[in-house]
Amino acid sequence: MNEPTLVSARGVSLAFGAIRALRDVELDLWPGEVLAIVGESGSGKTTLLNVVSGRLRPDDGAVWYRDPQGVLHDVHAMPDPALRRLHRSDWGFVHQNPRENLRMGVTAGGNVGERLMAQGARHYGDIRAAAIDWLEQVEIDPARIDDFPRTFSGGMLQRLQIARTLVTHPRLVFMDEPTGGLDVSVQARLLDLIRTLVARLRIAVMLVTHDIAVARLLAHRIVVMQGGRVVETGLTDQVLDDPQHAYTQLLVSSVLQA
Amino acid sequence: MIMLRAEQLSKGFTLHLQGGVHIPVLAGLDLELRAGECVALSGPSGAGKSTLMRSLYGNYRAGAGRILVRHRGAMVDLAAADPRTILAVREETLGYVSQFLRVMPRVPAVDLVADILIGRGIEADEARRVAAGLLLRLNIPPRLHGLPPATFSGGEQQRVNLARGFIGGHPILLLDEPTASLDAGNRAVVIEMIREAKARGTAIIGIFHDAEVRDRVADRLFEVTPLQEAA
Repeated sequence: MNEPTLVSARGVSLAFGAIRALRDVELDLWPGEVLAIVGESGSGKTTLLNVVSGRLRPDDGAVWYRDPQGVLHDVHAMPDPALRRLHRSDWGFVHQNPRENLRMGVTAGGNVGERLMAQGARHYGDIRAAAIDWLEQVEIDPARIDDFPRTFSGGMLQRLQIARTLVTHPRLVFMDEPTGGLDVSVQARLLDLIRTLVARLRIAVMLVTHDIAVARLLAHRIVVMQGGRVVETGLTDQVLDDPQHAYTQLLVSSVLQA
Repeated sequence: MIMLRAEQLSKGFTLHLQGGVHIPVLAGLDLELRAGECVALSGPSGAGKSTLMRSLYGNYRAGAGRILVRHRGAMVDLAAADPRTILAVREETLGYVSQFLRVMPRVPAVDLVADILIGRGIEADEARRVAAGLLLRLNIPPRLHGLPPATFSGGEQQRVNLARGFIGGHPILLLDEPTASLDAGNRAVVIEMIREAKARGTAIIGIFHDAEVRDRVADRLFEVTPLQEAA
């Protein structure tokens, strides 16, 4: 398995004052792979997501991204316009709170079409057709295309955010607790949707979650973080069923059986 | 042809939450499995039969030794392979039927079974057709195919799990008590499926508590002895 990685982080460290949020973190992600970052609040997982996606600059270390032409880019050495372009096209970001990503004053169809237009699409009919297609894919009634997101439920907003993110066929999507704060029944629908779409489109995902069950359902590999460090990493079912590190054993044994 | 060979396989568990106590389960185990052969693991409850199965599948991390699996014509050591290689071996070569089905919310039985074929690039309708055929053979009526198995009985879930395990036609199959909660009629179907797989050259390792099933499918027994007693 010598396929080149899509993203590699090497020796990444970051401190917020006296708090060492990330300590010498190494991470690899391959094309089409779903990687879950798990750990309790304050373990550094969201900080890691923000550093890898270029939203935060590390004190030390580097993050490399390989573009479709095979050229490696140091994410934190890229000029801002290039990084913004990357976020609009090759990359996507799914936030826990969809309002961070959606424009509430723009219709559902506009929210999906906007990302296509940012990529250069100009033909109104094509953009609207793509918006309808994506609303259907995330199980939103296309009749709602001209409605504003404020009339949507939390689960619908999250699905709309996913449609907006995936419409440009990104190669890599960052997800920060995408099912957090949703009702369990809504969560199940969203998880199934993410699982199916990601597999079909072969999208690489870096998924931050504190929910072990979400990681088991979606991820090929798992990274366990504690106190800003990666304490264990490996095949998802191996790490969860045969945890080696004391902290992972605690994490796995603390899950309530439904 | 040797399909799987465990060499000096050891496995134990270190329980950090219980003061770091170490529980050895398998030590220096050697096992060889040939194409078309079915080996039944025997030994008392707690001897480590399931631990051995899970280690062979890469679900448990081997403590020492090698687990050589014939994958794409070459022997791959699962004990040393990276996660992506293990996933590739599981997709094409090494199938596993666990005792219990892991249901996914909202996913219908037929899709759970068709999953592997779709993952291999087979058209969804065709994959579902094959899956439905296998479910029917295992006496899961069509009205259940479109429902998520969370509400199915234990026996029905086990048969969905069996369909899921057999659909891929993996050259090596690990079966962990595949008939535990089945009635006589369904047991007979599973015995027949195992015998057909062997005739196709599938290499099988199984745990069969049911002596009748074991006698009808196994070519030989492999004794797993409890380490605690030996020590």
